[in-house]
Amino acid sequence: MTELLQYVLSGLTVGAVYALVALGFTIIYNASNVVNFAQGEFVMLGGMITFFAWQAGLPLPLAAALAILAAAAVGVALNKLAVERARGAPVVSLIIITIGASIFLRGGAQLVFDKQLHRFPAFSGDEPLVIGGATILPQGLWVVAGAATVFALLYLFFTRTLTGKAILATANNRVAARLVGINTDYMMTLSFALSAAIGALAGVLMTPITLTSYDLGVAYALKGFAAAMLGGMGVPAGALVGGLMLGLIEAITAGYVSSVYKDAVAFIVILAVLFAMPQGLFGRKSTDRV
Amino acid sequence: MRLSSSKHLTLLVLAAIILIAPFGFPSNFYYRIGSLIFVNGLAVTGLVILIGFAGQISLGHAGFAGIGAYACALAPQYLGLHPALAMLLGTALSAAIAWLIGRPILRLQGYYLAVATLGFGILVSMVLANEAPITGGPDGHEVPELGLRKLLETIGLDLSNAQFWYAFTGLFLLAGTWLALNLHDSPSGRALRALHDSEIAARTVGVDVTRYKLSAFVLSAVYASLSGSLLALMNKFITPDAAGFLHSIELVTMTVLGGAGSVPGAVAGAALLTMLPQVLTVLQDYEHMILGLIMMLVMIFMPSGLVPSLSRLLRGRT
Repeated sequence: MTELLQYVLSGLTVGAVYALVALGFTIIYNASNVVNFAQGEFVMLGGMITFFAWQAGLPLPLAAALAILAAAAVGVALNKLAVERARGAPVVSLIIITIGASIFLRGGAQLVFDKQLHRFPAFSGDEPLVIGGATILPQGLWVVAGAATVFALLYLFFTRTLTGKAILATANNRVAARLVGINTDYMMTLSFALSAAIGALAGVLMTPITLTSYDLGVAYALKGFAAAMLGGMGVPAGALVGGLMLGLIEAITAGYVSSVYKDAVAFIVILAVLFAMPQGLFGRKSTDRV
Repeated sequence: MRLSSSKHLTLLVLAAIILIAPFGFPSNFYYRIGSLIFVNGLAVTGLVILIGFAGQISLGHAGFAGIGAYACALAPQYLGLHPALAMLLGTALSAAIAWLIGRPILRLQGYYLAVATLGFGILVSMVLANEAPITGGPDGHEVPELGLRKLLETIGLDLSNAQFWYAFTGLFLLAGTWLALNLHDSPSGRALRALHDSEIAARTVGVDVTRYKLSAFVLSAVYASLSGSLLALMNKFITPDAAGFLHSIELVTMTVLGGAGSVPGAVAGAALLTMLPQVLTVLQDYEHMILGLIMMLVMIFMPSGLVPSLSRLLRGRT
């Protein structure tokens, strides 16, 4: 029982990060119908910039804030310089653009920073907390709490603020949104900034546990994309459930079956879910206009 | 008539390039780059059929390349098959697996199809990397000599190893291109392109959408598998990277950069992305940044890919 609890705790920690990355995919997908494969690079930028700013003498909270702002700026640039200019291009072309952006950012990070693994101290020490015989790092609680806060704030943002509703309107129908006076280009830029900031936050929270390096973006992009699809692309609740499920499946497989096949089991579950529910767990049934 | 003449022209130009290019090769290294382009071009031609004709995306086709490659590595060792037969076995295996998984997977659309194929590719590469006692694991596995070059020598055709593989893979690419070009203009090709534009419309006019999608998937898997086998036999060594996610992405990128719907675009995309890293090694640290930049620029300014965009430009000029 303790064993299971242990796997659940570590699964939730990793799953919370996947959920945040998946949420980043969801926000951009909703605003622009683009699946942004550079999403993982925001996670990398969050961790790397925080580390180097902290090493340069900045206090950790300030370094983290700087990293999140910088990542948001990169997100805006990605939208303005690349995605917006390719409006109307086929979906596969947009995929290649974001993959190109991801390779570009990875190459840039390798050049500006270095190829080493980095870590900055956990926010509240490294003494594990004991819960019912199982342990969790205080940083793990930070990750889970951080993810919960982001999801709660975004829920309020999308349901209670005019800007949030304008983004949802843009997602629903771009032309109609423009007709009622919404600046859809601005909403798209905002979505990229928001989603990059969320990715960077995930990177900041996770780095004390998993370390960071210039090339960890691909893995996070892969898992975040898978989690978003598992939940149903475009649905924030799907991102949350998909991310947590993916983390739990991985942790439990690693614990009871085999750690080398944990990714394999995760993908088998995703395939099984998609066969039964081709739109993911929470995805809306789409109908084509003929 | 015009279409068929442009088809023959494409084949003729491709054959001419393959024949004439070696006269400008200063060293054996260039034969090797050429062979790599042909091997990649073969897999990409398969993806042109799947992505460009049928409009179905796959982020896991390196999985089939991995199956083809490891068939050539493992079947000779465990089953005592000749490498050429192993290649056929790999092709049959890939086709069978594509047929089996294609039935449920191809019901998915768009990004859901992308993640399902991605999952398949990752499963294959994980099995290859983790079953070390059989496959050699991440360190890779050696592949026996094909032996065809020795056979050619006995009949008096004396080629260096690099020259032989250049010619051999070039022939495969020509055959693959010929098949894809014929398919494009055949009734089946028209059915595929119809379902690309609108599945519902295609179904309405009586196209068996499920069957055609599945055929395109199986055919592209065969292309990928052959490409993997050729790579393994040429290098006499193979690692699970051949089946990896990054290789899948690389293949899709080649397909789209060249022009997803264009058969000559497949070769152009493969050539560009195979040569680029060789050229960029001079710039060392900037290699990845430039590669990413080129991918973005081509897609922003030529959204339908290099070959279709350039040919439109040329036609506009004349």
